[in-house]
Amino acid sequence: MKVVNKGLRKKDAMALVTGKPVYTDDITQGSSLVVKLLRSPHAHANIEEINIDKAKNLKGIECVLTYKEVPSARFTTAGQSFPEPSPYDRLILDRRLRCVGDPVAIVAGVDEKTVNKAISLIKVKYEILEPLLDFRQALDNEIIVHPEEDFNALCDVGADNNRNLCAAANSESGNLEEEFNNCVHIVEQTYSTRANNQTMMETFRTYTNLDAYGRLNVISSTQVPFHIRRILANALNIPKSKIRVIKPRIGGGFGAKQSAVSEMFPAIVTMVTGKPAKMIYSRKESFTNGSPRHEAEIKVRLGADENGVIKAIHMYSLWNAGAYGDHGPTTVGLSGHKAMTIYNKIKAFKFNYDVVYSNTMWGGAYRGYGATQGFFALESAVNELATKLNMDPTELRLKNMLTENQVGDTMPTYYNEILNSCTLDKCLIKAKEMIEWDKKYPYVDMGGDKVRSVGVAVAMQGSGISQVDVGAVEIKLNDDGFYTLNIGATDMGTGCDSILAQIAAECLDCEYDNIVVHGVDTDTSPYDTGSYASSTTYITGMAVVKTCETLKNKILKEGARLIDRSIEEVDFDGQKVFSLIDDKNITLKDIANSSLLGFNNYLTASESHHSPTSPPPFMAGIVEIEMDKLTGQIDLIDYVAVVDCGTPINPNLARVQTEGGLVQGIGMALYEDIKYNKDGRMMNDSFLQYKIPSRLDVGNIRVAFESSYEPTGPFGAKSIGELVINTPCPAIANAVYNATNVNIRTLPITSEKIVMGMLENK
Amino acid sequence: MQIKLWINDREFEDEISPDTVLIDFIRSKGFLSVKRGCETSNCGLCTVYLEGKPVLSCSTLAMRADGKHITTIEGIEEEAKEFGGFMADEGAEQCGFCSPGFIMSVLAMKKELKNPTEDEIKKYLEGNLCRCTGYMGQLRAIKKYLESQI
Repeated sequence: MKVVNKGLRKKDAMALVTGKPVYTDDITQGSSLVVKLLRSPHAHANIEEINIDKAKNLKGIECVLTYKEVPSARFTTAGQSFPEPSPYDRLILDRRLRCVGDPVAIVAGVDEKTVNKAISLIKVKYEILEPLLDFRQALDNEIIVHPEEDFNALCDVGADNNRNLCAAANSESGNLEEEFNNCVHIVEQTYSTRANNQTMMETFRTYTNLDAYGRLNVISSTQVPFHIRRILANALNIPKSKIRVIKPRIGGGFGAKQSAVSEMFPAIVTMVTGKPAKMIYSRKESFTNGSPRHEAEIKVRLGADENGVIKAIHMYSLWNAGAYGDHGPTTVGLSGHKAMTIYNKIKAFKFNYDVVYSNTMWGGAYRGYGATQGFFALESAVNELATKLNMDPTELRLKNMLTENQVGDTMPTYYNEILNSCTLDKCLIKAKEMIEWDKKYPYVDMGGDKVRSVGVAVAMQGSGISQVDVGAVEIKLNDDGFYTLNIGATDMGTGCDSILAQIAAECLDCEYDNIVVHGVDTDTSPYDTGSYASSTTYITGMAVVKTCETLKNKILKEGARLIDRSIEEVDFDGQKVFSLIDDKNITLKDIANSSLLGFNNYLTASESHHSPTSPPPFMAGIVEIEMDKLTGQIDLIDYVAVVDCGTPINPNLARVQTEGGLVQGIGMALYEDIKYNKDGRMMNDSFLQYKIPSRLDVGNIRVAFESSYEPTGPFGAKSIGELVINTPCPAIANAVYNATNVNIRTLPITSEKIVMGMLENK
Repeated sequence: MQIKLWINDREFEDEISPDTVLIDFIRSKGFLSVKRGCETSNCGLCTVYLEGKPVLSCSTLAMRADGKHITTIEGIEEEAKEFGGFMADEGAEQCGFCSPGFIMSVLAMKKELKNPTEDEIKKYLEGNLCRCTGYMGQLRAIKKYLESQI
């Protein structure tokens, strides 16, 4: 392969490192209304009276909107394919306020100072209601978060708003209790994970205006432009044909921008005033009303025989949707289905869950999408089982987990998909070698109070959403033979523009620089569900492969016609179409230029792709920490990750994805924790209080690949983006146990919890 | 109030409100590389040079720059490209939103520290947060860049 599997520069790299103006706020300079929100100070309240007269009359204020002025049809802000599994449970502005920060009024004016002044002039009388803040108490609580009659779940996800239930389900197979009865060793524990904020460096932001045709044009920092078009149409109650969504460069997303967070507010301002409008979330707003990872409490029951063969797993996930149900019904599914599938040889399983509403911030999509929570629980339980068995936790995994030998097996916990590719065993063995596990397990005494210990976890994810995701691309042949690759997939820094161009260049046998990529504009880009669910390389990448095949056939046909040969008599080498029977040929440049003239055919192709399967990528993660047993202080020394993502299309980008995902996972494991006060207000709503890892906090990270070949993916590729966040929580918890004999089952793993645990053990 | 300052050697004279923050002033003059990532001086995205020294433009008042010279990445494009090429070769820019501020700090570090150790590099750049890369690719780029300068 000439272009695929090469660590080429991202096509936008040099523009980004020289600070070119390519992001939403940079390309929308010039006059537009500043849009801000009056947000609820209460976690649960009704608006009794709201007086906007003074605010409205302030010089420079163009519009003030309350719940009385917005459309009354409920919708979801979750960016998902229609019909969305997330219930239609919200309005742009609602009379009932369900969490601190829920919008009370939208104010638009000439500048920020004027808008802030107007916000302070709005008088609201609230009927303060008792908030439901503990999601463990939510099910069938007398406080109901969504009492409204027009609550609407489009899909059968088990929603029942009168019970505070956003979703519920049960799946099982085999005779669970009989299997547990035959088990010699059973681990039964409850694990808690906290809500985490994605903290992408560019906060939520959207610009809107009306174009020459009177249509609403939206420039937004989003992962899901086509879903945004539908969500805005639903929210504003206007036809989808009236909306155009453009995605420029995105300053990170990590799932946060798989929901419409800022889009509705400037959009309705522009519809009301006819004027351009812009809303930029402050960092504080991105913290207090973003779309963070769902908080979860997961009960695991895990049974094994006397030899450590795992026979049965039962997982129950209790999930905090928060105020609205965005991504609630779907993230929860991954906590069981992805986690349990690693142990595919089990005889019986049960996975059930409840997703509940509460008066806390609504959750959303965050890299890992529920699998991360599930892997912390299950991998921690497996590590606890190893302790019970007095067995090395890596040996326990090699005995039970998916390996290359199981390729061809059906995976009952994974919607009965068949395993097409897997080198997880090689990943784990290599990770052990890299970190010198056998020398270091369980710990090495460093003298004084310090020990260095190691901890392990394995993980998988999917590649796209099977039978749901659709990715289409268009490739055009232009003057002199360069290609335009038109995509609807959303590069948010991950490099998918470049990766898809690499696939196209490989297929069309041309230079990487000969492919120009364009995306995303919902008026002109081919449809794509968007960049989430680790789908782009796998799903849209295959659309590129198919489209190149179609275009090549057109080039062959046109070339053959131009040199007066039949299509069977010619071939194409990327540079020219040439005759197989004599030395006649025509260059791609000549074919391209003639295609723009007179009698000839303009050459363009477009294909779409979807997949009946979602092949799992795999990885093993092993961490080495230094533990101060006096204070519980943890220093990360080394993190080794060995990944099977199939063929890495761009190994540099795959490596950086892995390193970045691990560091986000390290933050989740050690300190990231959205905390509320007793009134339901988020307390740590800045980088001063909500700490994400700095470069001093992460030790060394080493990444290696043990690539399998996925037959259904482009050039054998699977996904990588989300997988890589799943191992740090359980691996670090395992290292802490190996250093201290303390099992931390509630994230984050703080020094305080470790020391308390050691004191309890004494 | 009236201020006069230079951004990348271009003179700007303007009437501003005393509470104008430097980042907003700079962006309003079209130097859009300067990004805001927080309101609490924690992220380093808005790093510019004031009289050649890195400062956070989100927590510097524009009036403090009166009579002084500001440099943004637009003003040192050649240096930025040279180091940025090493970033690009690692794929370590990712979303790129933190890159301008980060690169301003790296180039300031190069002037200030001679043959910095890995720990010194990390310490110097601690205030530049990045959520995409996990920092390792940035470190590889810095090391290769510094080696290329010997």
